[in-house]
Amino acid sequence: MAVYDKVKTLLVEKFGVEEDEISPTATFEDLDLDSLDLVEFALAAEEELGVRISDEEAEQLDTLEDTVKLLEQKGATA
Amino acid sequence: MTAILQAIGTAVPPQIVTNDDLAARLDTSDEWVRTRTGIAQRHVAEAGTSTSDLAVEAGAEALKSSGGEVDVVIVATTTPDRICPSTAPEVASRLGLGTVAAFDVNAVCAGFVYALATAAGLIETGAAERALVVGAETMTRIVDPEDRGTAVLFGDGAGAVVLGRGHADQPGAVGPFDLGSDGDRADLLCVPAGGARRPLDQAARDERANYLHMDGREVYRQAVKRMSDSSRALLARAELDVDDIDCFIGHQANARILDAVGDRLGIAPERRISNVARYGNTSAASIPLAMSDAGVEPGKRVLLTAFGAGMTWGSALLTWPELAAS
Repeated sequence: MAVYDKVKTLLVEKFGVEEDEISPTATFEDLDLDSLDLVEFALAAEEELGVRISDEEAEQLDTLEDTVKLLEQKGATA
Repeated sequence: MTAILQAIGTAVPPQIVTNDDLAARLDTSDEWVRTRTGIAQRHVAEAGTSTSDLAVEAGAEALKSSGGEVDVVIVATTTPDRICPSTAPEVASRLGLGTVAAFDVNAVCAGFVYALATAAGLIETGAAERALVVGAETMTRIVDPEDRGTAVLFGDGAGAVVLGRGHADQPGAVGPFDLGSDGDRADLLCVPAGGARRPLDQAARDERANYLHMDGREVYRQAVKRMSDSSRALLARAELDVDDIDCFIGHQANARILDAVGDRLGIAPERRISNVARYGNTSAASIPLAMSDAGVEPGKRVLLTAFGAGMTWGSALLTWPELAAS
């Protein structure tokens, strides 16, 4: 769950999401994050986790669970 | 020798187009545009008003407040009056500057920083004593009025500065600079037809290839990354810390890009200048328009950073001068 925790920290610290709103099944939409936030999330993931999420992939991101899975597939380790 | 900022002038066309005005003919809304871009309105040049008209107005204001002559005029623009010749000679002539050196620089939204660096270089080498640098655009001429993704973003306007000669420790000292480009990403933001590569024929018009096309997401990502990286590189070169920056003036493309860059650099929100709500993205005019709104005290250190199609980017440091009232 290390990558999940890292994603959680990112969302709280850089996107102003309330910690208690975050859960594995929460979607970006649930967290009030729009398409530009997704672009910024992809950029932050690249900087903090060293993996590149393409814009097409970023557009498809749904739940945090799926997002973490994608990041791990790309070799992210927190 | 160091280039010294001596005066600023601005010009925007009187016609204001609000988000609601655009929402009346496009599938968009004031709320959507404000939350995605921070833009509330933009100034749009009336038919018959060209880039040179705005450049002359801004240039005249800058020259009036600083007095005297200049021996070079550089116009940064993406929207020259004509493909050939460049716009600067006509601007110089209309300003009554006679037969001075005059040329355009096209680095799109980073154009003003590129032109400033060019002018500073001419002054530092002794090739010029005083320079007029103008960022002037009529972006609404190349934006597709039917493309809701770009039509809401851009506005028209001009900003000009006069640079003179002085010393590096004097208020107004300009430099150093950081400039860069990435031509592998030229297609992300471009007008596909009407240049040497693709003529402006009926097929091009049918595809609306005579207008600005933009891959918004990737441009957003590149803008945040490149302006942040360029600013950091410049601070490192100048051996300055981010806390040494009193005022941060980023290219006014989108309030969220400015926030993202400011956050990444760790610049306190009250030190960031933003007037994108009133003008939208005026491309090469955005930095001087924001400088005129900065309200900085003389001697304060200012960081400029810009990013545009090309892709191009550039950053500059300056200390704020005592500006004469215009």
